[in-house]
Amino acid sequence: MKADPRGVLTGTHFMDGDHACCEGALAAGSRFAAGYPITPSTEVVERFAARVPTVGGAFIQMEDELAASIALQGGVWAGAKAFTVTSGPGFSLMMEHIGYAAMTETPCVFVDVQRGGPSTGLPTLPAQADMMQAKWGSHGDYEIIALCPNSPQECFDLTIKAFNLAEEFRVPVMFMMDEVVGHMTEKVVIPPADQIEVVPRKHTHKSVEDYLPYGTNGDLVPEMAHAGDGYNSHVTGLTHDERGYPNMTLPIQDKLVRRLQNKILNAVDRITMFEEEQLEGADVVVVSYGITSRVAQRAIGVARERGLRVGKLRLITAWPFPEKKIKELAAKVKAFVVPELNLGQMVREVERAAGGKAKTFAVSHAGGGVHNPEDILKVIVEASR
Amino acid sequence: MTDSLNTDLTNKGLTSTDLTKEDLVNIDSCSSDSCNDDVVNPVERFLRSDRVPHIWCPGCGIGTTVNSFARALIESKIDLGSLALVSGIGCTGRVAGYVKLDSFHTTHGRAIPFATGLKLANPKLNVVVYSGDGDLSAIGGNHLIHAARRNIDLKVICVNNLIYAMTGGQTAPTTPDHSTTSTNPYGVFEPSFNLPHLVEAAGAVYVARWTTFHVRQLSRAISEAFKKKGFSFIEVISPCPTLYQRRNKLGDGLDAMKYYKEKSKVRNGAPTNEVGMTMTGEIIVGKFVDRERPDYQTMMRAQYAESLGDRYVEQPSAEEVPVCS
Repeated sequence: MKADPRGVLTGTHFMDGDHACCEGALAAGSRFAAGYPITPSTEVVERFAARVPTVGGAFIQMEDELAASIALQGGVWAGAKAFTVTSGPGFSLMMEHIGYAAMTETPCVFVDVQRGGPSTGLPTLPAQADMMQAKWGSHGDYEIIALCPNSPQECFDLTIKAFNLAEEFRVPVMFMMDEVVGHMTEKVVIPPADQIEVVPRKHTHKSVEDYLPYGTNGDLVPEMAHAGDGYNSHVTGLTHDERGYPNMTLPIQDKLVRRLQNKILNAVDRITMFEEEQLEGADVVVVSYGITSRVAQRAIGVARERGLRVGKLRLITAWPFPEKKIKELAAKVKAFVVPELNLGQMVREVERAAGGKAKTFAVSHAGGGVHNPEDILKVIVEASR
Repeated sequence: MTDSLNTDLTNKGLTSTDLTKEDLVNIDSCSSDSCNDDVVNPVERFLRSDRVPHIWCPGCGIGTTVNSFARALIESKIDLGSLALVSGIGCTGRVAGYVKLDSFHTTHGRAIPFATGLKLANPKLNVVVYSGDGDLSAIGGNHLIHAARRNIDLKVICVNNLIYAMTGGQTAPTTPDHSTTSTNPYGVFEPSFNLPHLVEAAGAVYVARWTTFHVRQLSRAISEAFKKKGFSFIEVISPCPTLYQRRNKLGDGLDAMKYYKEKSKVRNGAPTNEVGMTMTGEIIVGKFVDRERPDYQTMMRAQYAESLGDRYVEQPSAEEVPVCS
C-alpha cells in the first residue's frame, strides 16, 4: 500500500535527524504519539505536535515515560499507528511496556535518541550505550527489531521501515538514533507519497465466530482486531492461549514464548539490512553502526590509502543480529574491528558470531563525543598484522 | 458466594437488607437445587462464561461489582460495540478477563494511560477503566490525578478492598489507620488516601462512592457516569475476607455486608474532605460531585480550530484511518 499523501512532505529539505524521524513517522501513517520531554529526543514530538493536527491525528504529552509508552499502545489497539520518543533515562522507564508490546504483539515504534549514561549521564551528548538494553531491557524471553540510522535521510527512510516492520511482525521496533544523528542537519529528500511503500495493519478478515486473536498459521504472526471492531477480544500481558485467555500451563507458555521468538528469528534474512563495502578479499572488516559508521569511514579510507585491505560492514539492523553474515566473513577474514560509543556492546555479538574463527577488536568510547578516526585506524593497523 | 448471592437477590427484586443470615443461606441453596434452570441470568451475556470458574475468593466483592456494572450496561442501553474496558493488575485487574467486551488487561498501574491512548486515537470509543485501589492510587496514582486534571473522558470504577489482595495482603494507600497487614504487622501508622477527595481536587466531573451492599445504587451511579462527558470516578468499597478481614478479625463476607449496611450513611453532595475511611467507623456513601467542564478532546478540538483555522484537520475515527488493509 502507498503512503497517504496528506502526511508526506514531499520535497528536498535541510533538516535534522529528529525532525526527519517525525516526518518519517507521518509518512508511514502514524497519527498518534504519546511522549514525555527528554533531551536530545524532544524535537521529534515537538514537530509531531505541530504537524499532526494538520493531517488528522493526536499527540499527547503524558505525565511520564511509563504513561507515554503504554498510551501509545492504547492508540494502536484503537486502530492508529503510534510511536513514542525518548532517550536513555526515559528508555529505562519504558522497558516494562516494551515487554507488554512484545507479549501482546502490539505493533509500535520506540525511538531512542541515545545519550551518554548511566543515569542522567550526558543529556546533550551522544552515546550508543543502549544497544543491549534495546534487546534485553525488559524481563523474560522475547525478540524485538532494532534499526540504526546514520544520517537525517536515514532517520526519515528507516522510520518508515521501522513502522513497516512493526506492522508486518506485530512487534515493537526500537529506532536507535544517537544525539549526533538526531541533531545533525543535512539534506533530506522526501519522495512523493506514491513512491513510499507502507505496510498496513494485519487486520483480520475473519468472522467473529472464526477469529482467534492469537491463532496463527505459517508465518507465526496473528491477525489483529481493534477495540470497537466487534470482536470482543481480550488482550493480556499474562501468558495466554490462542483465544487470548490467560493460561498458566507450561505447554502454553512454551508455545507462546517460542512463537514470539521464532516469528522474528525465522525471518532474520528478510529483516536484517546492512551496507557492505570491499568485503571481498578483505583482511579486516570494520563493523559499525549509527554515527560511528561515519567516523569509521574516515579511518577505513586512510587505512586503504596505506595499502591495507579493509572491508566495511555497517549494521542497519542491529537486532535481530545478522549472525549469518558475520559467520560467513569470519571464515574469510583475519579480524573484525568494532568501534562503538560504549565500552563494548555489539562487539560481543560480533565476537560470539565469529566463533573464534577471526579475532575481534573493540574500539570503545565512553560517550560524550565521537571517536577520533585515528583511534580506529590504530586498531585497524593492529588487527591487520 | 456473595457474588451469586447478590445476583439471586437482585433477580428476585430483593436487597439483602431485609434478610437474616438463614434467609440468605436458603436463597443460595435454592439457586443450585430447586430454581428453574431455564431462567438465564440477564448479565450472563456480558460475561465470558467459558472462563468460569473465576479466581475470586468466597465473600469477595469484585463479582458483585461486575454484576452491578453489567446491569448498568442494560439500564443505560450503551452501545456495547463501542465499549472498551481496561484493567490494571490485581484482583480487580482480572475483571477485564471475564467481561465479553473489548477488554485489555494492561500493566500494573497503567490502565488509565492505556485507556487514554484508546480514547484519543478513537474518540468514538466509550472507555471504562476497572481496577483496584492499589493499582489506581499507588503505582498508578500519578496517572489518576493527571487524567482527572485533563478531564479525559474515562469512566473509572475503583474497587477499593483496602489492601493489596492479589499479592497477599500488603498495605495499600487506602488501608485504614491501625489495621494490620502483612507488611505492617504491628499496625498501619501511615495516613491513607481519601480517594473521592483526591480525584475531586484533581478535577473529576463525577465522583461517587458506594459499597458492594449498595448494588442498585452502584448500577445507577455507573449509568449516570456513562452519561457524563469527562473523567468520572466511582469508588466501590468491597470486602476482602481472605486477607484484610481475617487478619483484622473483621469476620467474613457476610459480616462485611452487615458492616456496610449498619455503618453506611448516604450523604449525596457531602464535601469530599469529610468522607475519609476508618477501619470500623462510618462509611459515607453517595454521589459527591456532579459538575460540568469541557473534556480533553473538546478542549483540544477548540484550541486547534482557533489556532489553525482551515489548516486543522479533525481526527478521523478509527474506521477512516487508512492503516487497515
